[in-house]
Amino acid sequence: MVIPTLARLCRAAIVTALVALSMNGERTLAGDPPFITLASTTSTENSGLLAYLTPKFREVTGIDVRVVAVGTGQALRMGRSGDADVVLVHDRASEDAFVAAGYGIERRDVMYNDFVILGPRDDPASIRETSNAPRALAKLAEGRHTFLSRGDDSGTHKAEMRLWALAEVDPRPASGTWYRETGSGMGATLNTASAMNAYTLSDRGTWLSFRNRGDLEILVEGDPPLNNPYGAILVNPERHPHVKAELGRKFVEWLVSDAGQKAIDDFRIDGQQLFFSNRNAEK
Amino acid sequence: MDDLLGAIQSAIRLMLTLDPDLIEIVALSFEVALLGLGLAALVGLPLGAALALFRFPGHNLAVVAMNALMGLPPVVVGLFVYLLLSRSGPLGSLGWLFTAKAMILAQFLLVLPIIAALTRQVVADLAQEYDEQLRSLGVGPARAIPTLLWDGRYQLVTTLLAGFGRAIGEVGAVLVVGGNIAHVSRVMTTAITLETSRGDLSLALALGIILLLMSLLVSAAATFASRLAATIDG
Repeated sequence: MVIPTLARLCRAAIVTALVALSMNGERTLAGDPPFITLASTTSTENSGLLAYLTPKFREVTGIDVRVVAVGTGQALRMGRSGDADVVLVHDRASEDAFVAAGYGIERRDVMYNDFVILGPRDDPASIRETSNAPRALAKLAEGRHTFLSRGDDSGTHKAEMRLWALAEVDPRPASGTWYRETGSGMGATLNTASAMNAYTLSDRGTWLSFRNRGDLEILVEGDPPLNNPYGAILVNPERHPHVKAELGRKFVEWLVSDAGQKAIDDFRIDGQQLFFSNRNAEK
Repeated sequence: MDDLLGAIQSAIRLMLTLDPDLIEIVALSFEVALLGLGLAALVGLPLGAALALFRFPGHNLAVVAMNALMGLPPVVVGLFVYLLLSRSGPLGSLGWLFTAKAMILAQFLLVLPIIAALTRQVVADLAQEYDEQLRSLGVGPARAIPTLLWDGRYQLVTTLLAGFGRAIGEVGAVLVVGGNIAHVSRVMTTAITLETSRGDLSLALALGIILLLMSLLVSAAATFASRLAATIDG
């Protein structure tokens, strides 16, 4: 008697599982509001900016924005293979290459923030005295002070490589000694820097929203090469017909509209503004 | 030390207040893990039993391969499913990437070798034990599959729990194919990864504690149910 009962229970469980699975399909097909997939960077997601902006956009348009936060390099690859509708990234050179190769269209300047060089409070390399970012990095290399690089082809990593080029130092041969490549996102790299009391480069937004700071603080900031502009690009619907060009365009247009630009400027963490809309940049 | 105490405090607070975001994340974690496990069991139980009962050329190779696949790195499975489901991949037109379905598929692939390999061992042991009986009754391997699976059901509960543990605890695959999208594909493990990268270590650990408690609950329920069934069976 018991055996058939248990067998029936098992069958019921399997049927329930299959029904749930099929319902899962329907839920995403019919029940959900229209949405776009945005490939963006960890800096915009970890800081909470996108979680602040996307509900405002949904309020106006009813369109949901699904954010996948990766590095700039990977975000552009996602756009190239058609896995995102819009990319919001920060590396002008690769953005232009992306558009030139026909993967994206209608690149728009959206906002900017800046990078900062972080290090231990007691600053053994004494870079605090220099306001020149490349010179600060050159000093780190000279004294072989531990510096953590993202090493992940992200926008921050590319900005760091540009700074090394300006400093006329190639740190890569030193990789594994004083120059360490974490190969991880900004947050993971900051956790490592905090634990090792090492120097590193971060975007200001991620740093301001980061909790596990340990002994680290900002040592160098405000140098023009540390400027960090973000651009939004619509993935080319001619290459990938399934791309939601119309919805995606609405999002990009909203970002650069007065409402979007104001929302970006209004976003604060602990009273500090993290991102600056582009309407301030054009002066 | 502050982080550890803070973690326990926030874990308790999150659970007591029934934080709606947390409930959503926990529910999706279980939905994905249980559906992945259910599908893997549907395929893996008969597959493992068949591997135990049938002899064919390359049989040993298949057994060794199945055992080795238990150690599949989740991130590799994630990458494989990602490339499969990418719009530029062979199954891109399904539009499954960055949805729960992609996560279920990845966990199905991760859990399947575990279920199949452990089932094979359980059934092979039972087959040896009942060899004479099965032979005297003239039961061939195909008919022995359901009989022996049913006979090994209590050991197989542990097999299913091993599969569940793998599914609920892994982050590498679901992060890659799900994308950790809030309210769409964020589960416990990817939320823990996110909070870690935001440097909120105590919140990350609090989520870890809750995940552990949930798994404990599932394990206890399964153990209790199989004990109860064993008692009723006599």
